[in-house]
This record gives sequence, C-alpha cells and structure tokens, in this order.
Amino acid sequence: MPKLIKDGAIADNTWQFIDTAEDANTPLPTAPLPTGNIIVPLAVWQAQKETLKGRRNEIGVWLNSTELADTLGSDAAELPLIALRFPVFMDGRGFSTARLLRERYGFTGELRACGYFIRDQLFYLKRCGFNAFDFGEQYDENELEKAMQSLNDFSDGYQTSVDQPVPLFRRRA
Amino acid sequence: MYIYDAHDKHILRDRVAQFKSQTERYLAGELKEEEFLPLRLQNGLYVQRLAPMLRVNVPYGMLNAAQLRKLAHIARHYDKGYCHVSTRQNIQFNWPELPEVPAILAELAEVDMHATQSSGNCIRNTTSDQFAGIASDELIDPRPYCEIIRQWSSFHPEFAFLPRKFKIAVTGATSDRAAIQVHDIGLQLVQLNGETGFKVFVGGGLGRTPVIGQVVREFLPEADLLSYLDAILRVYNQLGNRENKYKARIKILVRALGVDVFTTKVEEEWQHIKDGYAKLTREEIERTQGFFTEPAYETLDAAAEESALKAVASEHKAFSKWLTRNVSEHRVPGYAAVTLSLKPTGVAPGDVTDSQLEAIADLCEQYSFGEVRTTHEQNIVMGDVKQSDLFALWEQLKALGFATPNINTLTDMICCPGGDFCSLANAKSIPIAEDLQRKFNDMDYVYDLGELDVNLSGCMNACGHHHVGNIGILGVDKKGEEFYQVQLGGNAGNDTSLGKVLGPAFTREEVPDVIQTILDVFVENRTEEELFIDTYRRMGMKPFKERVYAKAD
Ligand code: SF4
Repeated sequence: MPKLIKDGAIADNTWQFIDTAEDANTPLPTAPLPTGNIIVPLAVWQAQKETLKGRRNEIGVWLNSTELADTLGSDAAELPLIALRFPVFMDGRGFSTARLLRERYGFTGELRACGYFIRDQLFYLKRCGFNAFDFGEQYDENELEKAMQSLNDFSDGYQTSVDQPVPLFRRRA
Repeated sequence: MYIYDAHDKHILRDRVAQFKSQTERYLAGELKEEEFLPLRLQNGLYVQRLAPMLRVNVPYGMLNAAQLRKLAHIARHYDKGYCHVSTRQNIQFNWPELPEVPAILAELAEVDMHATQSSGNCIRNTTSDQFAGIASDELIDPRPYCEIIRQWSSFHPEFAFLPRKFKIAVTGATSDRAAIQVHDIGLQLVQLNGETGFKVFVGGGLGRTPVIGQVVREFLPEADLLSYLDAILRVYNQLGNRENKYKARIKILVRALGVDVFTTKVEEEWQHIKDGYAKLTREEIERTQGFFTEPAYETLDAAAEESALKAVASEHKAFSKWLTRNVSEHRVPGYAAVTLSLKPTGVAPGDVTDSQLEAIADLCEQYSFGEVRTTHEQNIVMGDVKQSDLFALWEQLKALGFATPNINTLTDMICCPGGDFCSLANAKSIPIAEDLQRKFNDMDYVYDLGELDVNLSGCMNACGHHHVGNIGILGVDKKGEEFYQVQLGGNAGNDTSLGKVLGPAFTREEVPDVIQTILDVFVENRTEEELFIDTYRRMGMKPFKERVYAKAD
C-alpha cells in the first residue's frame, strides 16, 4: 500500500485518486465511479453531488490550483477529505485555498497536499491547515521519514495561522 | 532601534538551521537545482554573472555599530573586502562562496540580521524614509509599523510562493522620501480625528511596466494594518497572473481588474478577517514604539549653535559647501542629519569597504548615538549629530572619502550593479556613472544646476529607478551591443512622475555629451527658481529632443 505523511506520522494511503487525464479513460463528470474511498475531481463532484452524498465518508474531492476555495464553498464542511493538487511547487495558490477551507468554510476533515510540492514547504503547509502529504512516487518510505523532519523546521511563527490562530504578538508577554 | 527578544532570536536561529540543512542537501545532490533555487533566493542568495551575490536585509535602513562591524567582518572574511548599498537600502555582498553562506547567515543572526526574503517571489524587506524619527516634516515615526510589518511578513506561511516579488514601503512624513507610490503597497501614515492610520496605495512599481500606485483606501486605522495587508496579499496570491512573469506583479492585476473591482475584492476579503486575532493591540503598538524612542538628546540653544556653525563655515569654504549639500535639518534644536556620500568619483556608487564600515561604526558611536541609516539613493546617514560636532566630523569624513559634497546633485547618481555583476543586465551601468562623474567634475557647475536626480539601470528591471530620475539612463541591447536610452521628466516623491523616452538610444561614448546638451538646454531656459524638473515640466520634451538629435546629425 502506498504511504503518505498524515498527522505527523507515516500512514497508509487508503484513498484512490481519480484523475482527469486527457486520454480515453478520462472519467466524464457523469461516468460511473469505482467503489471504496475515492478522491474525485471537482467537476465530478459538481456533476454527481446528489448521488455521491449517499456515499458520504468515501468521497473526497480534489482541486487543482486554479480552483479556489469558493468553488467548493459550504460543501467543504461535509466532506471527509479534500486534496489540493500542486501543479508545481512554486504555485502558491493552494496555501490560500487551504486556509480558506479551514477558516472560512468550516472544513474539518483531512486536508491533503498532492502533486508537485517539496518537503521544504511542509512547515508552511501545516500552518495553512494541511495535515496530510502525499508525495506520490517522489519518496520511498525511508525518505518520507526524513522529509517529515521539515514539518518542524520552525518552533514558532509570527502570524495568525490555522495551527496557531493567536499571533505571536498576542502571546509574547 | 528594535531589539530582538528570545522569540525573534529563536525563529531566526531556526531559519539559519533550516537553510544550512537545505544547502547541505543541495551540495549532496539530494535537492534538485530548481528546487533549491527559490529556497536560496528566499535566503538572499542569487547566482550572478561572476559569483553568487548575497543580499542582506537592512530593515527600513537602520543599522547599529555592532551590525556595521559584523558586516565589515563578513566583507573581509568571506568576501573581497567590500560590500554594496543597494537601491532598496539593503547590503549586498558580491563574492560569497555558496558553501559558506550558511555560516554567514549564522554570523548575521548574532547581531539580529538576516537575508530572509530579500529575494524571490515573496514579501521583501519593507523600506522607509531614511530620515524617519528625525525629519522636521514627520507626522508619525514609520519605523514601529515597519517592524510590525517585518515580523508579519517574515516566514508568512501563506505568502511565500506568490506570483512575483512584493515590496512594501512606509512613510510618516509630508514629503515622501520612501517612494511609496512606486511600490506594490505604499503606506502613508495619516491622522484622522486624532486617530492614527494609513492611506493605502496599491499597484505601483517600476520594472518593465512602470506604474504609479493607486489609492485603495483613504484611511485604514492602525489596528487593522495586518489584516488589511493579509486581504490584499490573499487577493493577489489567488488571482495574480502565474503564467507570464512579466504580467505577474500586482500592478498588472490591479490594472486588469480595474482599481474599483480590485478594491471591492480586497474590502470583501477584509470584512471576513478584520476582527480576528490579527488585529493589532494597543500593547503591541506601544511595545514596538518603545524601541524607537528618542536618544538622549541634549538641550541645546538653537540660535547659539547656529551662529557658531555659521562662523566656522564662513572661514572654511569647503566645509560650508558640504554643510549645504550633505547636512539636513533635524527636528531637535542643535542637531543635524549628515549624509555620507558613497559616490566619490571612481568608486562604484554605493560601494563601501570593510575598514570604512568599521570607521563608520566608530564615528556613529562617537557622534550619533551608535546608529546609521542606509538610503535608497545608496548613501549612509548619521541621523543625530550635534551641530557643534559637525566640523570635527567633516574632517574625519573627508579623510575617509565620505565628504564629497554632492548629495542630491548630478553626481549623486542612483546606479544599479549592471553588467559588471548582474546576470540580467543588458548593459553596464557603473562605468556610465563614472564617465558622468568625470565629465561633470566642476563642482561649481554641478551646484549651479541644483538638485538633479540622475538614475541608471542596466536593464528594464529598473533596480536603478531610472523611470523616476529627472534624467534616467537605461541600458538596452541592440543586436548584442550595449546602448543607452535616455529618459527625461521622471521624479520620485510626492509628485511622482515617470520619465519619457527622449528618442533613439546612444552609445556609451555619446552619453556624456548628450547629458551635457540636455543640461545646456536647461541652463539656457530656466527661470531663477526652477530646478531641472520644473523647466522640463514647463517646456516639455521638444526643445531637449530637438537639440540633442540636431547635434547628432
Ligand atoms: S536593473 Fe537590471 S542590470 Fe540593473 S541590477 Fe537590476 S536586474 Fe541587474
């Protein structure tokens, strides 16, 4: 079973990612979906929302970097998992999307980073509300262990954030 | 000056350790070149034409003696014995070795200095007025707010991977010396019904599409500073162009949406967050202000000091010239601010050596409460000198080569590192500055011209602020050859304007004569009270253009 970092530990990835690859197998927004835990593209969620709601705890949604938090809006609060896919690690939109999902749209499930991001971003990602990190093929389990250290690159931060809403200036004393 | 507490020190140490390990991973081949690139940039490290360049932040331009000595040590130990004051008040080292950079950063951290976010697509060092706290036209000292912004922007988890770099400037004076209208965000401290707040400009910037910032808010209460900045940055982070780096600055977004739509988006975002934890507390504002209190000024008799100074000046012509050009008034009677010119002929504008830095450290301890300021014109200011000490200080500055009486004149040019160092350059800029300094070496003529900003950039990125020079010179590449385009009519400050291109570009050899011709037109046509910019604004481009290109035929 593929591994990922979740809540600060190595864990099994128990979710199947449904891609939107542009080939013959592309699931049309209305195509039938596999059973089990799946993470579907936003378009699929939007097209099949009503039926998918029946499967509640098995359906996660992934957003690409141009799909901002308000594309899910209040739906977010009911989902068990949202994955934000980074097309390239320099694309920082996901950091804002994550905060908004957590802070504005009441999302409390697993917030997963996937796609191309790097371990050196883990601390900031965590502060913005991500709690799961799927590096895909990038690292083996050994390397994942090492990468996990970057979650704790800093002992504190100045700003208000998801993991510490009270900014340093209110805690200095 | 702000002093780090245990929290600040801890966070900075974490950063130093983080970059050390990233550098080690890179050198061991565990971190790819393209992944290390933004990480090193966010720690101030560029790879330049000849060697890496390390840009060290000087937050809002303030340096103390210990920091000056540390910079001297770094210049001597890790570099070739000198460093460079940049056009954004920072210090740049041109010859560090990559494997040694983590050690340099650790040394800097010992004196509360860093290179955090001095480059890269993130929030850069906040700049301010070099006369903050001492200018007679200041309403409110901007430095405490700059420090609050520095902390908020440092390691901001949401905004480390923006579409493009992001620069903020703050002024608290009626005369804007921080060029706030050509920054991504410009903040002007204002008061309304006894309450302190900011007028907020967004979307200014130089570079290849120069734009003057637009007002998005007339009055932002000071307590809302950080939440409002968060709102602006969040709108930009989500909607800024990420496809084309030439269209990625916030000025392009503001223009694309229109300032009204942009402002509405910011205000909507802000409504959600304005009453959250980011709201500044009275205690925090006062705590930070507490670091920028007045030094122990003596009570002096202004009239007596003034006449004593006049007496000395009347006997020493050179001193008197220096007083006029390099010394500015201070809001406290009997004190003055002294600008050390880093623009003597033959030295690259803004360069300063290790032993000069140490000498400045000694002098500022002796004469100016142990602090100096760097300026975006690439000079250094001693802010709090007693008028009665000016003569003694002048003699020492002369010996050190800092007393060239040329501040704000033609030879006090702003000049980027250009083709001698910078890998982005189209053309060299430092040799042009030197050509001009050599051509215009008659100080009486230079004084007679009055205040005149000549700004040089080696390419469209405009680090030398050529758009806002009264005369701007821009290096361009024509079929692989270095040419120079001349612009006229730019101005920084309250009535910011962008220069217009005079016409076809010139060779390096032609530039000094072209500038001479432009100045001839000015001198022949000016009225008694006019500076160059006034004459240009009255007469327009035509007479300059006609004369310059007539001659070329
Ligand atoms: S203006 Fe161009 S040449 Fe000059 S320092 Fe900036 S990028 Fe380099």
